[in-house]
Amino acid sequence: MNVVPRASQWGELIRPDRVHGSLYSDPAIFEAELQNIWYRTWVYVGHESEVPKANDYVVKSIGPQSVIMTRDEQGKVNLLLNRCSHRGNQVCSYDKGNARSFTCPFHSWTFSNDGRLVGYAFPDGYEGQDKSKLALGRVTRVQSYRGFVFGSFAAEGPTLEEHLGGARETIDRLVRFSPEGEVEVTAGFLKHRVKANWKFILENECDGYHPAFVHSSIFGVADSAIGKLYGGTSTAVTRDYGNGHTEIDLRPEFRKRDAPMSWFGTTEERLPDYTSRMKAAYGETQAREIMIDGTPHVMIFPNLFIAEIQMFVIQPLAVDDSVQHVTALQFKGAPDMNRRLRQQTMGSVGPAGLLLADDSEMYERCHRGVLARNPEWIFLGRGEKRERKDELGFKVGHVTDEIPSRGIWRHYRSLMEAR
Amino acid sequence: MLSRESSTTLMSAVTAFIYREARLQDEHQYEAWEALWTDDGIYWVPANGADIDPEKEMSIIYDNRSRISLRIRQLLTGKRHTQTPQSRLRRLVSNIELLDEQPEGDIAVASNSMVFESCLRDDTIWAARNEYRLRYVDGELRMAYKKVTLVNNEKALFTLSFLI
Repeated sequence: MNVVPRASQWGELIRPDRVHGSLYSDPAIFEAELQNIWYRTWVYVGHESEVPKANDYVVKSIGPQSVIMTRDEQGKVNLLLNRCSHRGNQVCSYDKGNARSFTCPFHSWTFSNDGRLVGYAFPDGYEGQDKSKLALGRVTRVQSYRGFVFGSFAAEGPTLEEHLGGARETIDRLVRFSPEGEVEVTAGFLKHRVKANWKFILENECDGYHPAFVHSSIFGVADSAIGKLYGGTSTAVTRDYGNGHTEIDLRPEFRKRDAPMSWFGTTEERLPDYTSRMKAAYGETQAREIMIDGTPHVMIFPNLFIAEIQMFVIQPLAVDDSVQHVTALQFKGAPDMNRRLRQQTMGSVGPAGLLLADDSEMYERCHRGVLARNPEWIFLGRGEKRERKDELGFKVGHVTDEIPSRGIWRHYRSLMEAR
Repeated sequence: MLSRESSTTLMSAVTAFIYREARLQDEHQYEAWEALWTDDGIYWVPANGADIDPEKEMSIIYDNRSRISLRIRQLLTGKRHTQTPQSRLRRLVSNIELLDEQPEGDIAVASNSMVFESCLRDDTIWAARNEYRLRYVDGELRMAYKKVTLVNNEKALFTLSFLI
């Protein structure tokens, strides 16, 4: 197509049970997504624990844009754009560090870590210039929820909590796994690049239909109980929280097992330190519930995937080029648990991961596949006739149903139609 | 210190071992490659530099012996989709050097390698520094440790599902 659809035309490409293949492959649509999604809605950027001390910084991204997340001397977290206000040179070339200021190597303009221009070389040439008008660009709105820092380039719009909506509770559920109620992002990121559109990744995260097939090679040899969670008789559900957020809720299966830490393939006895800290923090009954239920499997639109033991951040670079940034979740005050989380995560994900290398193979093959023009559509109708509402009114279905994809596309359409 | 003579003999044994390992990897001879490992083998492909602590930070691969075995068994299923069809591979290994002897008597060796991979996605070149600890077990050289430091391991990498 290579022409961005008018607002009224998105409905021709996005139907309730199918979407047009060009949505994944058309460069003009990708550019429109940058404007209407990535540079407008709330996007996950980083975690406060990545910049624990004053003057710490870490380089993150929103789509193809490089963003420096800093903690300034006052302790405030800033999201600054990595672009000198003079000639556009990148002011920061390291992934992380500790710095009060960033000096552009081109003409020595210097910016404090809260973005202010504090000096330039040979200032007599800038007589009368108001430095405050030449600060680093910044992400317009910055809000965090339980340490997860999100940014939005829209000056106005829903608050972060409004955007998270029903999915906010999944983050509450996640942080309870720390006896101190805090997630830490301290294990470093693997960066896994795929030659595929970002939405193949987004939709796969809560697709419960694929594991039995894409991951059969590892389930078979690892003596894994994961396969059954995604089988035909599983009682786990897929959920659409609205605003594009989706979940695979495995709790019904874990509650049937009624065994603490079974969700993680282990037992209380193997994690004595963690178990006792959890009981001390939450009391016997609640600690048991938490450790039976397991951590959430939730995709926060458009780019934060909390995948039970690890988290992924999806970064689109081009219509057919994406990066999955992934790290083990770490829970404050849970050293023995954290070690296992790192070990499991390293085995599963990243470029050589026993799971994710196969998912990524599917993304790339799907991307090449949709370049074929017939059939024009991606069919997403699985479980449409058996959707139901849960007690909070969110749509749920069988774990293998395509409720998450339908929810993502409904929200996508509303964002793309917005002006 | 080894005498010059025994050093030359050791160098040629080590070189032959490393060439053989490279060929087994290129030709996807998974079981023969696995048999090169000692029972306490560690296979490590760090991310984000050469000096991270793999016990604290994420690595691309940080396999103990049982996970090496799991990785091989997965490949042997024939349903490891990212290796079905298999990547076509050829690698050059060079700059083989004996390093200082290890306290446990293991032989420390380093080499450089460049791997050409052709797979469904595209053709990719991988370059790495490889560090080994080798050991004689029942008269045969075995790997107790292999660390593969990819030159570009600080960047986002495409899938790396063949044996590097």
